[in-house]
Amino acid sequence: MATQVTTAGQVVSTEQFAYPKGIWSWLTTVDHKRIGVLYLFTSLTFFLIGGIEALLIRLQLASPNNSFVSADTYNQLFTMHGTTMIFLAVMPLSAAFFNLLVPLMIGARDVAFPRLNAFSYWVFLFGAILINLGWLHGSAPDAGWFAYANLTSSQYSAGQGVDYWVVGVQVLGLSSLASAFNFLVTIINMRAPGMTMMRMPVFIWMTLIVAVLIVMAFPALTVGVTLLMFDRWFDTLFFVPEANGQPLLWQHLFWVFGHPEVYILILPAMGIVSEVLPTFSKKPLFGYTAVVFAGVGIAALGFSVWAHHMFTVGMGPVPNSVFSIATMLIALPTGIKIFNWIGTMWGGDLKFSTPMLMSIGFVSMFIIGGLSGVMHASPPVDSQQQDSYFVVAHFHYVLFGGSIFGLFAGIYYWWPKFFGRLLNEGLGKAQFWLMLIGFNATFFPMHWLGVIGMPRRIYTYEEGLNWDFWNLFTTIGAFVIALAITVFLINAISSFRKEKGAPDDPWDGATLEWATSSPPAPYNFEKVPVVNSNIPLWVEKYPEVYGHEPDFRDMAAPPAEEQETVEHGIEDHHHDDHIHMPNASYWPLVVALGLLLGFAGFIFTFVLTFIGAAVLFVGVYGWALEPAFGEPDHIY
Amino acid sequence: MLRRVPVRLVLFALLTFMIPMILTACAGGVDNPQSTIDPAGAAADEIVDIYSLIWWLAVVVFVLVEGALIFAIFKFRNNKKLINGRPAPVHGNTRLEIIWTMIPAVILAVIAVPTIQGIATLAEQDDDAFQVRVIGNQFFWEFEYPDIVGADGAPLKVTDELHIPVDTRVQITLVSNDVIHSFWVPRLAGKTDAIPGRTNHMWLEAEDVGTYEGQCAEFCGTAHALMRFSVVADTQEDFDDWVATSQSTPSDPVEAGKQIVESVCATCHLVEGTSAQGNIGPELTNFANNDQIAGVLENNEENLRAWLHDPPAVKPGTAMPNLGLSETQIDALVAYLYTLDGSGAQ
Repeated sequence: MATQVTTAGQVVSTEQFAYPKGIWSWLTTVDHKRIGVLYLFTSLTFFLIGGIEALLIRLQLASPNNSFVSADTYNQLFTMHGTTMIFLAVMPLSAAFFNLLVPLMIGARDVAFPRLNAFSYWVFLFGAILINLGWLHGSAPDAGWFAYANLTSSQYSAGQGVDYWVVGVQVLGLSSLASAFNFLVTIINMRAPGMTMMRMPVFIWMTLIVAVLIVMAFPALTVGVTLLMFDRWFDTLFFVPEANGQPLLWQHLFWVFGHPEVYILILPAMGIVSEVLPTFSKKPLFGYTAVVFAGVGIAALGFSVWAHHMFTVGMGPVPNSVFSIATMLIALPTGIKIFNWIGTMWGGDLKFSTPMLMSIGFVSMFIIGGLSGVMHASPPVDSQQQDSYFVVAHFHYVLFGGSIFGLFAGIYYWWPKFFGRLLNEGLGKAQFWLMLIGFNATFFPMHWLGVIGMPRRIYTYEEGLNWDFWNLFTTIGAFVIALAITVFLINAISSFRKEKGAPDDPWDGATLEWATSSPPAPYNFEKVPVVNSNIPLWVEKYPEVYGHEPDFRDMAAPPAEEQETVEHGIEDHHHDDHIHMPNASYWPLVVALGLLLGFAGFIFTFVLTFIGAAVLFVGVYGWALEPAFGEPDHIY
Repeated sequence: MLRRVPVRLVLFALLTFMIPMILTACAGGVDNPQSTIDPAGAAADEIVDIYSLIWWLAVVVFVLVEGALIFAIFKFRNNKKLINGRPAPVHGNTRLEIIWTMIPAVILAVIAVPTIQGIATLAEQDDDAFQVRVIGNQFFWEFEYPDIVGADGAPLKVTDELHIPVDTRVQITLVSNDVIHSFWVPRLAGKTDAIPGRTNHMWLEAEDVGTYEGQCAEFCGTAHALMRFSVVADTQEDFDDWVATSQSTPSDPVEAGKQIVESVCATCHLVEGTSAQGNIGPELTNFANNDQIAGVLENNEENLRAWLHDPPAVKPGTAMPNLGLSETQIDALVAYLYTLDGSGAQ
């Protein structure tokens, strides 16, 4: 049985590892599961804020010549809706799952750098607050989420709105980079004995790929934003055309980051779906190797297609052709994934719990987003669709129909592992159907609005263009989505009013996180498991189905003395009986605070920058000199 | 119970969406002045041909893949073929992987060929064609005819309405005076950006006499949504008449000023009784009686000239851009604006 791992012979007393209580314990926590919970609540909060921004946008566009909000407010709303959903909702929601699941799924006690992990969260939170501070001044960022130069220059955006965006994005980039390095090292170095690369759960593979993407893509954004900072604060001329600066340089730097960013947003959801579909089909993932390498292929191609966002800037026929072909090629690995997901369901014994419904929603909606993507891979077609509502429809099919459905599948699937409580299935199904209907009512007509010539980012439109009906329809759809999200909130809140009591393995899962308690103890596993398969728990629970089957991924034969345990997915690992857990620490918070003050100085007064630098140095010093591991009775 | 509901729901949803869309699509350009699939010229035709090809291939792929997914949902919802209580643990199938990689690859090749041809066709530059220079400004368009002499001896330059002769290939050169804009007349051609410090090219052709609506498609600041324009395709005769009228500017500076207000200022400002009906900037109906200009300057002629010359230099952060007005244009505007005493149309 799975519980064997946690209940087998007592080696050390584990009572000293109980979770501490109180706000201070959350401020100083370095536990990956608690940091995951912090990411989850923060990102859901910003998901709601971004959603409210979307509803205000839809209210303004519900009728022609509407004056619900002013042009300036509208421009701030769509800029912050995009920025919030990308950087403050979908990315950190994915990070919540990385944090909870990476150590659990690979059989580790924590991430490689627990304090760096805490640091990543605090920097993210402070960056998120910084970028939203503009609302208090009535001057939130208003140049679009990709902030095209030279509209962002101090000449054309003299107000402070763009400053908040520049500083906030810079800070958020630091958080993402620190986090990505952490998960790279964790996944490469800290897998349980026996877990070869090709035995990792697909979610871990997708996390690894996302980490590589972040490490390679974010520096381009950092460089671009730094140049913009210099243009705005120190009067350099990188993007100023009057001085032979190049506004197009910004577009290249931004999309070299921005296109891989799209895959940073979708691959975690693909990983989640690749875990959920097998569980509820009672069948291993079809074409594990193909799905993994398709993920690698998408990531690799993702760096060679950035200029398809720039087909209308006049690059010339040769670059347009090259980037067009490269873009079309991405359809191949994406298709492979979709076909293998359907192959996983094929011949299975399907059970339609909420995580499964959300995953099927993901697959069916993502197909539509993929097909419209192929349309604007063709530059002539793109010249009609670019910057129109057709593109708005396309990327919402990918990022909402894709990422958000996938992330909700993950929320329902792993909620018991986060909190020891199950979400209500009835409410979950209600949310799914409302969300599916609301989503399609909102975004499908946008294809048509784009085809009949409605550009994006317009705060109003005239009568007589025949856009009235579908805009109103779309606005109503947006409120159906809002209703679905309300159902989710009710579900989430009411789950906390019930006693804990979720089973350790409520869905009959195949991966290691279901081998420990719900929620797991701080040390995750009493004994580090040994893994002989990429579906270790199923091999253990159903030896008669999976145990004797030759595993084509089993490249190396196990050592002779372990031969008799091969048929079990997990066995006790006898070599490491001591549990080492990292100390709680407030230094990550101090260092993050130093960064916040330092960057805030660019907006308010440079005095703050110097104070921030001082705090930063003190923090780094304290961090460096602090012992990472203490005596067991000092833990937490 | 659940077994039957989703099918009907899906069909119902599809019908709800598709019927009105197909109906509006059939209505064509009558109702949709900015339709991309109701082409009225060779460039837009070229694009619609490629779009239709991809659209129909996409429909086939959509039906097959979603069909397979829905089939799997219903076929395997209560699978009876179980071994030891579990479905057969199939790990994959290499032949299938190859098939479902190759078929999409072939489809993409079918799309790629006309795409590359289309890129080449649309990128052609014809120096013998009718030449127009399009200039993007916050938040209006200027159209300059390099081969037609205007009233002041310089090339003829107009705003808001681009007149072209029908059935004539028009070679367009795109530049911008401030930030990035995008020139888009959906029924005539795809969009091309107007980028400061760069020169871009595109061509279009109108096969019927008429007015084609266009709009800036790249977010360019506060009043981006109002940066609309029209392309008017005239018979050669009408076009020549229009040129002759345009070459003679009104000798009365007040009348000239009114023309500028109705074409350039109209995007943002309101003057009762004129076609200037913008609501971004302050209303100008009673401008002559205002105490101040933009809330910072005393309202006198000297200050008004300084303001019109370069608003951000007078009031940093103002939403009003530098319009690059000539001295003659400023003279006309000053003359006209001081006639606005709230009594209405001039």
